[in-house]
Amino acid sequence: MIEIRGLQKFYGNHQVLKGIDATVSKGEVVCIIGPSGSGKSTILRCINGLESYSGGSVEIHGQRVDNKSRSIKAIRTEVAMVFQRFNLFPHRTVMENVIEGPVYVKGEDRASATERGRALLASVGLADKENARPPQLSGGQQQRVAIARALAMQPEAILFDEPTSALDPELVGDVLGAMRKLAEAGMTMVVVTHEMQFAREVADRVLFIDGGVIVEQGPPKALLNFPQHARTQDFLRRVLHPM
Amino acid sequence: MQQFLHNAREFLPILLQGAWLTIQVTLGSLALSTLLGLVWAAMRVSGIPLLANTAAAVINLLRGLPIIVLLFFLYFVMPDVGISLSAVQAGILGLGIAYSAYQAENFRAGIEAVDHGQSEAACAMGMGWWLTMRRVVLPQAVKIVLPPYGNIMIMMLKDSSQASTITVAELALQGKLIATSTFQNATVFTLVALIYLVMCVPLILLVRHFEKRGRK
Repeated sequence: MIEIRGLQKFYGNHQVLKGIDATVSKGEVVCIIGPSGSGKSTILRCINGLESYSGGSVEIHGQRVDNKSRSIKAIRTEVAMVFQRFNLFPHRTVMENVIEGPVYVKGEDRASATERGRALLASVGLADKENARPPQLSGGQQQRVAIARALAMQPEAILFDEPTSALDPELVGDVLGAMRKLAEAGMTMVVVTHEMQFAREVADRVLFIDGGVIVEQGPPKALLNFPQHARTQDFLRRVLHPM
Repeated sequence: MQQFLHNAREFLPILLQGAWLTIQVTLGSLALSTLLGLVWAAMRVSGIPLLANTAAAVINLLRGLPIIVLLFFLYFVMPDVGISLSAVQAGILGLGIAYSAYQAENFRAGIEAVDHGQSEAACAMGMGWWLTMRRVVLPQAVKIVLPPYGNIMIMMLKDSSQASTITVAELALQGKLIATSTFQNATVFTLVALIYLVMCVPLILLVRHFEKRGRK
């Protein structure tokens, strides 16, 4: 459902993406790994038009993603996003965060959105937090609210931009658990992550990005256990054995 | 002291009339400057270069003009092009326009102080510019903007005295008139100062309230 062809992106004279080709099918979980500054997040942000791109194309269901076109809002309601720093709305309660999109973007009535919101919060283990404000929650709880907020839009796919990188280590598990449940339920997911264990167990396919190109891709076990390229081998060695 | 109280009883009714006009001018120009300030600020953060640059130019122009010059223009020059304003109208208009520049910069700073991730999250769920502003950015910006807004209110109350230069008989001008006709300078200007202070106290308390709320 997501089709990326020859994607290029410049920041000034610096080329961040040098021609990325990738497709994500419905129900597929794709993890993108790679060193910082390799362009992982930029790919994600091009998929829902948070960034414009300089060349190539991104299409969702055959519809071109262009952040200047009118269709971009509709595309964004189909492809939700979870951010590294949660980006919950601190002036609203947890429930208000969850129903914000359905009510104000999609025009759903508040009662039914709230009902669905309750079920979603329960599914991420936060049934008792609906009246709390985000700053009162731990990072792990906030990120799970963010996942519920993304799900509330009933999207066809969810993009995760390093969803556990801002969390204390002991809180990472709850968030990854919620994401694993989603994957098992058949959600289409593109996950930029440094969690190799998650990629290994949950992903259908892993892309290794370095220097703005896909260096290597494949099923997680093959790529993570038997990387073919020197850059992949080097990166994995550093990540898996940092000492 | 006896003499002071006696004089005060005589002068106060006139001074209070002036104070009432001061309040009217302040409230009028406050409303106008807030409205105009919101317009300039919205233009500046609109992301549309033509609007943003126009607003920036207007703000710089207004900041570079002394209020008194603006008042003279409105009251003495505008009649030449066929627009005659009463002194109070010109006063409210002049102060309102002059202060809209400071209001705009305050509003803009508040809007820009809201974490960029907030508008990004709103954008990512399909919100447009206006919905993002209304539902996400402005409610958070208000908290940041209110304490300086209170300070601007205090400054406007005091600067309303500049309207005296175009014959608005507000508190400062009434004081000056009484002083020149009675030579009771000390009594009159002490009273004038006290009345300004009394009017400022509620505003100062309001600012303190805003600051407390903003910290929550």
